Amino acid sequence: MEKIPEKINKKKTNNKKASRYFQPQEEVYNIDDKSLKKFKSGHWKKRQDGKTRKKNDERAVKRLRKVDKFLGDAPISKEKIKKYKRGSDMEATHARTYFHKTVFEQKEKKLELAAKQAARSELLLQETSGFIDAESDEETTYISQHDIVKAVDINSASKYFELTLTDFGPYKIHYTRNGRFLLMGGAKGHVAAIDWQTKKLLCEMNVMETVQDIKWLHQETMFAVAQKQWTYIYDNQGIELHCLKALDCVLNLEFLPYHFLLASSNSKGYLSWLDVSIGQKVAGHSTGMGRLDIMCQNPYNATICLGHSGGTVTMWSPNVKEPLIKMLCHGGGVRSVTVDKKGRYMCTSGIDRTMKIWDLRTYKMLQSYKIGMGASHLAFSQKNSLAVSKGNIVEIYKDCCQETVTSPFLTQRLPSSVFGLQFCPFEDVLGVGHSNGFSSLIIPGSGEPNFDAMESNPYQTKKQRRQAEVKMLLDKVPYEMIHLDTGKIGQVDQKTLEDKIEESNKILFLKPKKIEYEPSYKMKGRSKGLKKEQRKKGVIEEHKRRKLKKLWT
Amino acid sequence: MKIKVLSRNPDDYLRETKRDIHKVPRNYDPELHPFEAPREYVRALNATKLERVFAKPFLGALDGHRDGVRSLCKHPTALSLLLSGACDGEVKVWSLAKRSCLQTIQAHEGMVQGLCMHQSGRYFFSVGNDKTIKQWSLSDCGQIEEEPQSTILGKTIFTSIDHHWSQNMFATCGQQLDIWDEDRTEPVRSFTWGVDSLHAVKFNPIETNIVGSCASDRSIILYDMRGSAPLRKVILKLRSNTIAWNPMEAFIFTVANEDYNLYSFDMRKLSMPVTVHMDHVSAVMDVDYSPTGREFASAGYDKVVRIFPADRTHSREIYHTKRMQRVETVRWSLDNKYILSGSDEMNIRIWKAQASEKLGVLKPREKTAFNYNSKLKEKFAFHPEVKRISRHRHVPKMIYNQQKEMRIIRQSQKRKEANRRKHSKPGAVPYVPERKKSIIKEIE
Repeated sequence: MEKIPEKINKKKTNNKKASRYFQPQEEVYNIDDKSLKKFKSGHWKKRQDGKTRKKNDERAVKRLRKVDKFLGDAPISKEKIKKYKRGSDMEATHARTYFHKTVFEQKEKKLELAAKQAARSELLLQETSGFIDAESDEETTYISQHDIVKAVDINSASKYFELTLTDFGPYKIHYTRNGRFLLMGGAKGHVAAIDWQTKKLLCEMNVMETVQDIKWLHQETMFAVAQKQWTYIYDNQGIELHCLKALDCVLNLEFLPYHFLLASSNSKGYLSWLDVSIGQKVAGHSTGMGRLDIMCQNPYNATICLGHSGGTVTMWSPNVKEPLIKMLCHGGGVRSVTVDKKGRYMCTSGIDRTMKIWDLRTYKMLQSYKIGMGASHLAFSQKNSLAVSKGNIVEIYKDCCQETVTSPFLTQRLPSSVFGLQFCPFEDVLGVGHSNGFSSLIIPGSGEPNFDAMESNPYQTKKQRRQAEVKMLLDKVPYEMIHLDTGKIGQVDQKTLEDKIEESNKILFLKPKKIEYEPSYKMKGRSKGLKKEQRKKGVIEEHKRRKLKKLWT
Repeated sequence: MKIKVLSRNPDDYLRETKRDIHKVPRNYDPELHPFEAPREYVRALNATKLERVFAKPFLGALDGHRDGVRSLCKHPTALSLLLSGACDGEVKVWSLAKRSCLQTIQAHEGMVQGLCMHQSGRYFFSVGNDKTIKQWSLSDCGQIEEEPQSTILGKTIFTSIDHHWSQNMFATCGQQLDIWDEDRTEPVRSFTWGVDSLHAVKFNPIETNIVGSCASDRSIILYDMRGSAPLRKVILKLRSNTIAWNPMEAFIFTVANEDYNLYSFDMRKLSMPVTVHMDHVSAVMDVDYSPTGREFASAGYDKVVRIFPADRTHSREIYHTKRMQRVETVRWSLDNKYILSGSDEMNIRIWKAQASEKLGVLKPREKTAFNYNSKLKEKFAFHPEVKRISRHRHVPKMIYNQQKEMRIIRQSQKRKEANRRKHSKPGAVPYVPERKKSIIKEIE
């Protein structure tokens, strides 16, 4: 009881002192909380003793005035930091020792710093996304390409063009990963590779055979063409490099750039993967699902999605003979499948004239749209715009995955029915291949504005390209790692360990399986009942031990 | 209505002149970097493989001695100088940079048992089988004067010598532990405990008055130089050959034992070692700490040098060559980069402390690449494939077989103990921790 008032007294005197030092504060405006705290805590007390107190007071005040208004780093919003965070924070509560706890905490701090710095580096991004800013009563649906071309600069306007190639169509198209080069393959054998921005032709030829599909390989130096019988690889001058007889009667090609795999599906229901870096087929599955003419890759986990005539969509990895996922998506046959970049949404369309959006994390349907004639081709852009072709009309939907949209963002009528559809990476451009040639359409806001030059660089030089090729080959992910969850390798494999423990526990405590073993007869009294039983037991124990050992190595 | 379309100005992305460096715009958005974990794993795997590819630790041998190398002594101020004493009484000064012998002197009759240097590096002491302690002067360029500055004739053979880390004192051991002042011919202080002789002595580098020594009655004895009696001792099952103090943690020391193991003790609690380091398949002859105190190197009678992390039971590295025989002595250089080993077949060998380290000046890009790779290796260290590759060492057949044999012996001992436990009264066969097994008792 006595001590408490003393304390209060002390505090009071402190306050008095503080208030005395505080007097000049009324005149000072540029003080932030930190310096005030310092001031209050008597940080400057030392300078204020003796006779020169007044002078020092003034100095202190001056110093306070100089204090920076914007102390420390600029604040970053939590949303931004969250974007760059990998996984949730780890709690150090389960650490074994204090030492481990501090190690965990330090690691956590470093991760947080990394996320923060990554978020802060957004400031350095040079470009912003494209858009159409319509007034409230205006609909963007009927804005034509001509309107867009009129509204934008001359450089962008040149990205809207048409190539009229009536003789060898319909055309399949494919852009390189950096969006610089375009490959076109006409069904009647016409193959052409162009730098579509400068309109410079790399090569043009006629393979004198039906062309089923075309795909660039890892870079613009090589491409694969699925022809009538075999699949061929050409370089960018049109010289035939390889004839892949392992891939025959191929209907669809997909290239998995991080695994260097060329996946192909053929007319006999055979799905195969070919490693282009070593030129060998690494896996092939007989799906038993008939003609495989609908195929796409999931860019997030490199699985292959196939659409079937029964309305199912299956997902395949080269490691498993059975489909990883088999889902019934439509009442009728599937006409087209596509998966977005992050591997979250899958869009399918069927002959039942519906288009459905699926969540690939839960495998549940999110949206179902009625499309007038049914969608024949689908494509997601980098910013998740969805291009849908019906006959000779292409419709673009924006944000149609999470919300139900009622009208398309843009529509465009083409001279003939659409055969190939792809958004150009890092550009606001949609490439459409059709029976009359090729059209390049401008779709504002569809492309990723800021590329990462270490990943794919549209402006790379020849040297950089070669360097990148080496780097890519060094980082080639083995095909054994293709699985639905790509992040698995970076996580703690708790389940396997638990399973192991459980299984070994079972062996230890469960009654051992009956092992057929009849001890052989031994002479000199070593085959008496007890001895025999002992030998038998020894064998069984040994068997058990071996099994345990096998489990743990 | 406003429309904006992505349109990049190439000038923003291309370098201005040919002499300029390329522009590399970055975007750290995780969406643009798919397969992050698998790619990192592949990189880690490659880094681990490269580490094994570049693991060439042997740098060179210094030959010239005409008998087995018995002792090595690092120079406290010059990285390139090394002293070595051989079994025929010769002491040689080596230039490590040139890998050549600078001078040779016939220091003793019979073996040179120990060498130690004053912290200034101006002079050093040697003890030999001829019962003498000799002080030799050493110039900066590594020249020894032919005649010793002083010679002390003792009554018995001195088996080891070590210099105090700050004062002009040194300690020798033999029948007893003597503390000498450099200026006097008689020991300042002598310690005895029991009748047995001592064969290794070391000053603590931090608590400079503490001295540790190993005795032939299988004990490790600690002394305080200021006191009149030894502090305490601990008796192990087998003899310890040498002792080394951790230069960063004053209270930790490691002894190299005859029972193929090394034991790290906490000076304050000798009843149980902190860590038992086991990997050698023969007696451990010498041990020396790295200047960081994180690791130590040990020399084995099994013809290998091993490197142990100070807190780990098993070694991280094994160094051997076909020609290297029993390793008598090992030293870790003061720049933490090299390991020097002296062996029976008259050679001193220079090894890298990190087997795959690139020597010489690194370019900044190299440095960042190495740092990145080491972080990756650390991150994926526990993945089975990475673990397997980084752990794999080719060892001589002799060691391979010995290891196998020892594993079998250990297993059978364990099995026998378990069987005895199973068939006796509960509690009659107690569980003894591995660390306690080799300790007989602690005496104060």
